[in-house]
Amino acid sequence: MQPTELSAVELVAAVANGDLTAVACTQAALDRIAALDAGTNAFLHVDRDGALAAAEAVDAKRAAGQPLGPLAGLPVGVKDALCTRDMPTTCASRMLEGYRPPYDADTVARLRAADAVIIGKTNMDEFAMGASNENSAFGPVRNPWDPTRATGGSSGGSAACVAASMVTASIGSDTGGSIRQPAGLCGVTGLKPTYGRVSRRGLVAFASSLDQIGPMGHSAADCGLVLETIAGHDPLDSTSLNEAVPAYTQLLEEPLAGVRIGRVPAHFGDGLDPEVAAAVEEGFRVLEAAGATIHDIDLPHAKYGVATYYLIAPCEASSNLARYDGVHYGHRTKEPCRSDAFDSPLVEMYCRSRAEGFGPEVKRRVMLGTYALSAGYYDAYYKRALQVRRLIRQDYQEAFSKVDLIGGPVSATPAFPLGEKTDDPLAMYLLDLYTVTTNLAGVCGISFPCGFTGSGLPVGYQLQGPALAEPLLLRAADRFQRLTEWHRRRPTTA
Amino acid sequence: MPDTTDTAAPYQTIIGLEVHVQLLTKTKLFCSCENRFGAAPNTLTCPVCLGLPGSLPVMNREAFRLAVRAATALNCTIAEFTKWDRKNYFYPDLPKGYQISQFDLPFSEHGQLEAIDPKGAFPPRMVRILRVHLEEDAGKSMHDEAAGTGDSRIDLNRTGTPLLEIVSQPDLRSAAEARCWLNELRLLLVYLGVSDCNMQEGSLRVDANVNLHIPCDGGRVAKTPIVEIKNMNSFRSVERALTYEVARQYEEWQATGKELGSAPKQTRGWDDAAGITRGQRHKEESSDYRYFPEPDLVPVTLTADQIDEVRRGMPESPRALRQRLEETWQISAYDADVLVGQGRALVNYFETLARLVEDGKVASNWMQQDVLRTLNERGIAIADFPVAAEGLATVIGRVKKGDFDTSRGREIFAEMINSGRSADDVISEMGIAAVGDDELMTLCRELVEGNPKIVADVQGGKEQAAAGLIGQAKKKNPNVNPGKVRALCLEIIRGMS
Amino acid sequence: MSLSRDDVSKVAALARLALSEDELEQMTRELSKIVGFVSLLAELDTSAIEPLAHPLGTTNVFREDVPAASLPVELAIATAPKQDGECFLVPAVLGD
Repeated sequence: MQPTELSAVELVAAVANGDLTAVACTQAALDRIAALDAGTNAFLHVDRDGALAAAEAVDAKRAAGQPLGPLAGLPVGVKDALCTRDMPTTCASRMLEGYRPPYDADTVARLRAADAVIIGKTNMDEFAMGASNENSAFGPVRNPWDPTRATGGSSGGSAACVAASMVTASIGSDTGGSIRQPAGLCGVTGLKPTYGRVSRRGLVAFASSLDQIGPMGHSAADCGLVLETIAGHDPLDSTSLNEAVPAYTQLLEEPLAGVRIGRVPAHFGDGLDPEVAAAVEEGFRVLEAAGATIHDIDLPHAKYGVATYYLIAPCEASSNLARYDGVHYGHRTKEPCRSDAFDSPLVEMYCRSRAEGFGPEVKRRVMLGTYALSAGYYDAYYKRALQVRRLIRQDYQEAFSKVDLIGGPVSATPAFPLGEKTDDPLAMYLLDLYTVTTNLAGVCGISFPCGFTGSGLPVGYQLQGPALAEPLLLRAADRFQRLTEWHRRRPTTA
Repeated sequence: MPDTTDTAAPYQTIIGLEVHVQLLTKTKLFCSCENRFGAAPNTLTCPVCLGLPGSLPVMNREAFRLAVRAATALNCTIAEFTKWDRKNYFYPDLPKGYQISQFDLPFSEHGQLEAIDPKGAFPPRMVRILRVHLEEDAGKSMHDEAAGTGDSRIDLNRTGTPLLEIVSQPDLRSAAEARCWLNELRLLLVYLGVSDCNMQEGSLRVDANVNLHIPCDGGRVAKTPIVEIKNMNSFRSVERALTYEVARQYEEWQATGKELGSAPKQTRGWDDAAGITRGQRHKEESSDYRYFPEPDLVPVTLTADQIDEVRRGMPESPRALRQRLEETWQISAYDADVLVGQGRALVNYFETLARLVEDGKVASNWMQQDVLRTLNERGIAIADFPVAAEGLATVIGRVKKGDFDTSRGREIFAEMINSGRSADDVISEMGIAAVGDDELMTLCRELVEGNPKIVADVQGGKEQAAAGLIGQAKKKNPNVNPGKVRALCLEIIRGMS
Repeated sequence: MSLSRDDVSKVAALARLALSEDELEQMTRELSKIVGFVSLLAELDTSAIEPLAHPLGTTNVFREDVPAASLPVELAIATAPKQDGECFLVPAVLGD
């Protein structure tokens, strides 16, 4: 049995019943990373020794007859935006190069407690700002389906490491589509849970009212399995939901009969690639075949989503990233800081350290957010964006009174060539068209493969559900995957 | 009563105060690090108060409770909905690059607190409170010139300490009023158990805004530019700084005629040693704090019932306590102020004593002369005072009964304090026994017989000559009651004629 | 909607970002374009709409006032670019 070819559900079962050891699974993952990742660049850090030690501990536990955790032996890649006490946590930024936090993110602690094996930290857009993973200070991730193309972002490394079967599952974070969009472009399944479903403690903040951690894997069932472990109330995150965590993987059996799925005609406008449109429309047919009914609905303010998002997220980011000032951790300039051009040596140290530590996209967003919050512009930009955010949420509330889920595309195009959009920030922002509104409303969404283009690139299908509708979302995606084989396809990289 | 708004001064002084008070919680506002002064640098920090990436704040329930308690005592309206905001600015003692504070929806507004001078130097002044809000404190930056490294050292132990910001309206009219108001505020907060208000340790800090309204010809009033004074580390320095600044502003106005609006608000630091305020370096970039709602915290709501419950649970305020002591125990406003100023525990001691000796004035005198002196000498609190009110009441009771005089009673009390022994033990140990009536009569007869000159003087109408007999009586028996000796001797002498 | 170089320069100072002349030039162009795009929101009448700052409707999340261990000082300052074993060090903070 080749561990890297198994689903998470299969692998965990095989470890639990002794068909595979955790060490064998970990070694297989490490071997595959060693063979492939020089080309892919999915990992920023691989914790070979730590992973093997964790795997040995799992095997020892089993040998001693002790009960195993629900993810025992599962090789997991974790986005480098989550704090890990025994590994660097850089957010793919020069600012945090070599930074080691003194604590584990809640999600990381839960993974460890569930006996998962954390293989390493995955590449991403710097501070999760980007939609192509080209904003990493440590180089872009290459799409396993075509190494000349981008993975999407910002959780590009987490998508690619699963797509290339280096690990069985991974953890990403999604502020405006950063799990769903790379999942779609890399042909894997990625879930953005309801805001507050997974603790944000230890997730390096980008935009606090939008950020949400979620699982990525080859299937909805795998995502459900990981979500069972990472979801749940964290008393140390004030915005964590105090709601029981359903056994998602036990709730997949009920058929979709009677489930109403909304389709937004406006999603199928001019900008949508025809091959993507065709695959997504075919996705609706599959869900229909599974028993769901399809209903056209309207999200009238969705077209303002990107503009709203690109005010709120940068505003929050400008504040969240103020802490990177060269004083307490992270990069500090080596310049002498004695220039008269600044108010004081301290101010010069701040300005130079931040200018050197942040990449261009981070600077752009910090500038945009600082501007939109500054005196005289607050009402016109930030406040207005919050007002439109309410309208967008009302659209969803209205829609979810008529349908149970909303289906549609994840991205307007399949994976695009590296470098194609790097000179046009706005074009890059528009890639988030179909995903940002989920975060603005705080609801949940999932992306999974619904077909391939003629040139062999995966196409993603997105389902969105109301707050805490993860059981239905996963069930619908799982039903889809029982009827299709798209999620079983693997790139031929090796 | 004279108004300290110097009626002779050709201007009116306008003062508003901004007070920051650290709350007496066990832990910080947003994390479980201890809220404690004096620890070694950076030993009371964690990922939250260090502002490490990924860390998140969670509100301390006790801090919010204390905050609401304080604002209720300040007669504020408590909001049924309140939230926190980020105040963004860069400073090395602010590790997140923003302070979690409250902007447009503070938890309380529109309070009031009276400035009262116990000596009556000015009539009570009601001062409106604009708002009270709850925020986190910053750390400390220390610059050691002597070290010569050119670096400042940053200690983040204080970062995240719960802080109340209390902003008054510009209702104070003199430096003395400001000082009295601060005293009243400090006392109130200490009585509530909300803060220890220790200025030396920085748990109470004051900034003052001051300017002058100067009546000019034609009924126009010239207003001088508002100055904010910082770096005042005692209430006395607040009073001195304001007094200095008022005079400085008047002189400056006379020299330059500059008025409010023609110059930006200035910040001046108080130099206590030099006794002057100095203009602080004007920051190039005017502050633009870019407040926005803190997305890492959720709002707090209170019901009208909960707010009422806090109000009903308010302890007696120092002001009400002073009035009650004056009325119940017939003591002067000044005495009531001294007692109340020492804290609730001392007032409780006093009230127990007054009740036992059934005399507020006598109890108050003993408190002020003997108890307070000992507390001051020993630098201890009433809780650590070695003699309970009951013990002191026994001594006072015996004095009142005439067993010995007040000065003897004070000796006994002093010995009780030193030895920690009971009144009865000390009295018998010192050989102080009540002098029997027969014994006293015998002694007085001997004195009258042995002092014909005094007897003659008394008989001649100079009753004060009997004092000589009392002195001799005390020599023969230190326990005799001088009043009784005098009365008895006079009676014997009168019987002789 | 376009921003002037001066606007951008002021924002950079507020954001504590040292930008070169070229970067300032480019940032002015890019921000103008982005701000122009987000100004799309101005076409909506939002006068009667309450701002929504946060997707959660929850309130009153507290923790109890119980102390827990702090980090040892070595760990607290371990990540600092400059420290003296006890404190973080920064270029002189002028007394004010």
